Formats: sequence, C-alpha cells, structure tokens
Amino acid sequence: MYKIVTKKELAPKIKLFEVHAPEIARKAKPGQFIILMVHEKGERIPLTISDLNLEKGTITFVFNEVGKTTFELGLLKEGDVLPHIAGPLGNPSEIKRFGKVLCVAGGVMIAPMLFQAKALREAGNHVTMVLGVRIAQLLFFEDRARKICNEVYIASDDGSIGYKGLDFLKTLLKKEKFDRCIAMGPVVMLKTVSEITKPFGIPTVVTVMPVMVDGMGMCGVCRVTVAGKTRFACVDGPEFDGHQVDYDELLKRQKMFVNEERFSSILWEMLGGGKLFG
Amino acid sequence: MAEEKKAKPKIQKEAVPIPKQPPEVRRRNFNEVALGYTEEQAVAEANRCLQCKKPQCIQGCPVEVDIPAFIRLIRERKFEEAIKKVKEKNSLPAICGRVCPQENQCQKFCVLGKIGDPVSIGRLERFVADWELKRGLEAPEKPAPTGKKVAVIGAGPAGLTAAADLAKLGHKVVIFEALHLPGGVLMYGIPEFRLPKRIVQAEVDYVKKLGVEIRTDCLIGRIHTIPELLKEEGFDAVFIGTGAGLPRFLGLPGENLGGIYSANEFLIRVNLMKSYNFPQYDTPIRIGKKVAVIGGGNVAMDSARSALRLGAEEVYIIYRRSRKEMPARAEEIENAEEEGVIFKLLTNPVRFIGNEQGLLKAMECIRMKLGEPDESGRRRPIPIEGSEFTIEVDTAIIAIGRTPNPIIQRTTEGLEVTRWGTIVADENGKTSIEGVYAGGDIVTGEATVISAMGAGKRAAKAIHEYLMNKK
Ligand SMILES: Cc1cc2nc3c(=O)[nH]c(=O)nc-3n(C[C@H](O)[C@H](O)[C@H](O)COP(=O)(O)OP(=O)(O)OC[C@H]3O[C@@H](n4cnc5c(N)ncnc54)[C@H](O)[C@@H]3O)c2cc1C
Ligand code: FES
Repeated sequence: MYKIVTKKELAPKIKLFEVHAPEIARKAKPGQFIILMVHEKGERIPLTISDLNLEKGTITFVFNEVGKTTFELGLLKEGDVLPHIAGPLGNPSEIKRFGKVLCVAGGVMIAPMLFQAKALREAGNHVTMVLGVRIAQLLFFEDRARKICNEVYIASDDGSIGYKGLDFLKTLLKKEKFDRCIAMGPVVMLKTVSEITKPFGIPTVVTVMPVMVDGMGMCGVCRVTVAGKTRFACVDGPEFDGHQVDYDELLKRQKMFVNEERFSSILWEMLGGGKLFG
Repeated sequence: MAEEKKAKPKIQKEAVPIPKQPPEVRRRNFNEVALGYTEEQAVAEANRCLQCKKPQCIQGCPVEVDIPAFIRLIRERKFEEAIKKVKEKNSLPAICGRVCPQENQCQKFCVLGKIGDPVSIGRLERFVADWELKRGLEAPEKPAPTGKKVAVIGAGPAGLTAAADLAKLGHKVVIFEALHLPGGVLMYGIPEFRLPKRIVQAEVDYVKKLGVEIRTDCLIGRIHTIPELLKEEGFDAVFIGTGAGLPRFLGLPGENLGGIYSANEFLIRVNLMKSYNFPQYDTPIRIGKKVAVIGGGNVAMDSARSALRLGAEEVYIIYRRSRKEMPARAEEIENAEEEGVIFKLLTNPVRFIGNEQGLLKAMECIRMKLGEPDESGRRRPIPIEGSEFTIEVDTAIIAIGRTPNPIIQRTTEGLEVTRWGTIVADENGKTSIEGVYAGGDIVTGEATVISAMGAGKRAAKAIHEYLMNKK
C-alpha cells in the first residue's frame, strides 16, 4: 500500500502526486518509471518518475487526466493509498559530464525532464531547457526550470506563449554547439526534435513510452523498431537513439489502441492527440 | 497396501469419464471445461487401480507422489488422509491435477494402460484436492524456527514449491514477485477455463499459511539485486524461479502492425488483467473477427480457445508441421477442435499485410512439407516453393515459444548463464554463486508445471542442507 502524501494541480488536468514508497525511492534514478494500479481491477499504467525524497521516503510523478484510469487516479486525495506500484523499472538515464546539453520537454514530461536536468547539472553540464506546451495555460514548473537550468526557452503549439513550435531550435543550433540532446514528450515532438538535431550531428536520446502492460519484458506490447531491430521499451529502454527510432510505426501502434474505446489514457498523453507538445 | 487381500472385482478397462461442459456451450464462456469427479465417480475410478506390488506409476511423477497409497485411501473414502498423502510430496495438487501432462508421466507407466485406459491419476488427484479446498485448507503446525532467512524470486510453481518446503523446515521465507498477483504462469498464462484462478489463489493462500511472506510488485534486479539481498537485506540464501516469460517473435515483415499480439500479451490481458470481464475490469482487449494463432503448443491452444470465447468468428491454428508433431497435450488439441478451432497445418506465415492505419488485414502464408528428422527427432518442415497464399485475418497471436526472463542475469555479476539465457544450475539447483539456487523454466527453458515444482523441491532440500551446514 502506497500512501499519497502530497497532491497538487499543476495546470488544468495535470496533477502531481508524491507517494510514500521508501524502497522505490532508494533505488529510483532519473529516466526510470513505475507501473501503478489505481485499484485491484484497474489497468497497469506506466508513469515516469519525476522526483524523489530520500528523507521522506517518497517518489513523485505527474500525469495528465485523459482517460478512465488517470481520471480515477486524479480523484484520489492526500492520505488515500494506491494498492500497487512496481518500480523502479527501465534503465536509468546516462548521467555524466557531456558538456553542453539541450533538453526538450513536452507536456507532462516537463516534470521528469527536470529531474534528469538536475542530475545533469550536478554532473557538471551546462543545461539548456526547452519547455513545450500546447497552450499557455498548460505551462508549469517554469520557476523550477529556471532554478535548475542555465537557460530556459518556452514554446507552444499555438504560439500563445514563447516560440510557436520548435523551428526556433534550428536557429539556436546554428548559433550554439551542443554535445547532446535529450527529448521527452509526445512522439510527434520526439520525431521533430530528432529531425532538427540530425543534420547538426548532435547525439539525441529520446524517451519513448508506448503502451505497456507488465513493464518487465513479458508481453512485448511495448515493442519499438530502433535501427531496424525490434526492442522492448520497458527493458531495453525507455531511452533510445532518437535518430534510429521508427516514429511512424510507433505512432501507428499507439493510435491503434487510441481507437479502442476507453483504452489506457497514457498513450494519449504521450501522443498529445497528434500535437507537438501534447 | 501390498497386503490388501480382498478379492478384487473384474478389471475395468475403461476409465470413468470426467463430466465436461458441452463444446457448443463452453466455446463462449470462461468457466472451467472439465467439471471434476463426484465422490461416487472418484471411488469407482479408484477401484480400477490394481494396487500393484511394484507400482510403476511413481517413477513417472517428478515429485514422487505415493500414487497407489492415495488412491487406496480414496477407495476407502478416507479423503482427508488421501489428500494428506498427496501433500506429503506435492503442495499444489489442485493445480497439478488439472494441468499436468499425466499421459506422458505417471499414467504412461500404469499397467492398466496396456490393456485399456490407465487409471485417471490426475483426475483423482484433482478430486481429493478440490475436496479439501471445499472444506477449507488447514494450516499445518509451525515447525521450530531455524533463524535462517531465504529469499525466493518469482511466485510461479517453482518458487511457491521451494518456499513451501523451506517454510515447513522452519526457515523464514520471503517471496519477491514482480507482478501484482502471485502464481506465475498459473495466474497470467493458463486460462480460467482450464485452471480457475480461485484454485491458484487458494493454493497460494496455503503457502502463505505455512508462514511464507509474499511481496508483490518487486522486480528483483531493479528494486534489489541478488547481491543486495544477501549482503544488505539479511538473507542467507536465494532461490531464483523467474521462469521463461519473454515472448519470441517470428521476425517477419509487418509483425509490429496493430492487431498482432504475442501470446503472452494476449493471455496476460485476458487472464491476469481479466479483460474478458471488461468493463468491470479496466484492461481492454481487442479481438477481431478472424484470428490466426501461430504455433502448435499448449500456449497456442490456450490462445485459440480464449479468442473463441472472446467472440471471434473464426479462429485458425497455423502450424508448420503436421498434427502428429504438435507439442500441445492431446486432450487440449481435442478440446480445441471440438470447440471449433480450425487447424491449418503444414502452413507457415511469410509476412503480415496491413491497411493504411497500420492494422493487420491479411497474412501471407506458404505451404510446407515434411523432410528428414532434425535434432529434435521431429521431421523438418520445408517450404513448398510457389505455394504462397493469403488469408484474411484481423488479429494474429504469435505463440512460437518463450525465452528466459533476463533481468536477474543482467544484474547479477558472477552468475553463470548459457547462451540461451538460462541460468546454469546442477540437479539440486546450485548455481555458480554460493548460496544462490535456481530452478524451473529459468534453468530448463519452457517446460511443465510439475517439473518446475520438482526443481523447487530439490532446491529447497539443497538450500536446507546448505543453511544447516553453514558456519
Ligand atoms: C499459456 C501456457 C500454458 C501452459 N500450459 C501448461 C500445462 O497445461 N501443463 C504444464 O505442465 N505446463 C504448462 N505450461 C508451462 C508451465 O506453466 C511452466 O513450465 C511453469 O509455470 C514454469 O514455472 P516457473 O515457476 O519456473 O516459472 P513461472 O510460472 O513463469 O513463474 C515465474 C514468476 O517469476 C516472476 N518473475 C520473473 N522475473 C522476476 C524478477 N526479476 N523478480 C521477481 N519476480 C520475477 C514472474 O512474474 C512469474 O510470476 C504452460 C505455459 C503457458 C505460458
Ligand atoms: S510492457 Fe510488456 S514487454 Fe514491455
């Protein structure tokens, strides 16, 4: 049983939960995720770990209310408990001194990206952060980003805040040299970022979050094609070489479930309804 | 038993049939197919046993249940003693009575088999186990604690058996299971209509009553590694029973199209997540009108029969050899056929064809013929050139085998592994690391429930010896 210690609404339909899970907190690293169930008859949904607190023995995750499971999750209050959380799952992100790192985060994935950015800064990197949102009202954690990162850019799908779309990155990349790019967000965004960095030869790591069931390599629903090979996002990933991922297949595999009524919400979140930032 | 002297009635060559749901009814529900013997039927079947002086059946049982003894007790209507006799060797009899391939094990050696049907040992085992479950399981007395702590990884048949035996010897046992429910394949793989989940949970409860603690949602290798369990978490020994749970794919073009499941994904959704009860349970499953299941083993039969029950109009089994080579149990092949599964034998898929949305719409296949026997002794299937044809299907389920769960191997330094990813262990489960034992599918590759249990038993014995001799 995992008790919800803090609940916050970060933006409309975007919620943050801090949950008591000391054993998971002790082991969790940036880039890893958990699989939780809201009740015994629920789905198993993956959520990326967005922070941890060793003293309190807690982990934090942020989610978008888009389907039955996440709505139900959002209805829980501080003091309520979650019956099942498995984690940490997946491989941790590579954290070392790369030099200049460009991070691009979209939608709810802003939260786990900042968790990673914090570790990258501690490892001695210069971190440039792009926070991408669909519309201005959905932006959250801007202050936190400014505290953690060396530079922060804001972008939105409709231009209601910051740059419109990600085209400004091309100009930025012409001006500044980056040693690594990390992208977390909807698939369309991952694809766009990878296309932008490729001609500049910047190693680009993307976090993919396809549909998952077990999260430990047993079902294969999370398969993605990377460099022509089938990989399982839950055990081989969730991070892959952004220039090698078959995004069109990934989009189709996610959509096939979206068509399915009431299907796991999480993919919607990742898919962003086809929008850049979700 | 050998001294039984009463005059026996004439030998009954035919086994008492087990009542079953009729095929036209059961093909659309998830209730158990075989209904089990009544007391009268069980006693009648038990009466067929010859109580041989030198019983042959026991050698066929991987856990050496004293078969003639428990059958004699059924005959005498001493059901309570009968189940105790079985449980001396087998802690999960309600499960084994249902899913063991008895035709290749105990019943293969039954002398009655030479002149008629062998005694239905499995059905009798099921009978006494169900009889006990109906009355509620009794917790056996707790032995004196040894003060030793053992971690068991994986709550499948291997892990549950090892845990039960170690607890009976007085050790403190903690099972770490990655999924949210214990049972392994019994829970997530084998469908409800063959093995009701309440039976699995009742057997798991019995293991808990022995004092075993089960921690679900713990993926070992991530939350704790094996060296951490031994050095930091205070365990004196570890048993690894993590199974062969990774799906194998065909590697054919189009395999990642929507509508193509691994059998594991399909069965996990249906069994563990109970999609067949959607929307009472939240996990959905999509089943199309025409379903192709690729493979010829138990997993393929279970997938095909589940697909029918979910409402598919037509379900095909696509298998590259002939019926004779099918690895599934004969009884399950018959059940599938009775229920209306269509067998397309000597057929192999070549590629999957999708529509614009990336959903499966057809499958190109090629016809096969059988050539010379290969290393497995089965005749090798050879494609017949130019015999390609397409069949329209909107769902495909790939059931061509499973490989070992890899996370432990990747995170345990010094653990010797074969090139197939299985863990190297001797017949007592001893691995290359001191105090670490392994057994079940993780060592043998895909096998059976009872062989996994046998391995768990032998390892428990070896671990006990190791713990008692240490320091
Ligand atoms: C669909 C299907 C039908 C079958 N039908 C039959 C049948 O009719 N008769 C028969 O005899 N056999 C059958 N089998 C085979 C049989 O189920 C297996 O041989 C048997 O379950 C193996 O037992 P095990 O304990 O080794 O592993 P499993 O039952 O696979 O259990 C392993 C457990 O370990 C857990 N685990 C894995 N990795 C970790 C980790 N790192 N940390 C913690 N936990 C972990 C898994 O979640 C799982 O619960 C069938 C198999 C399938 C898939
Ligand atoms: S989620 Fe099942 S294999 Fe990755």
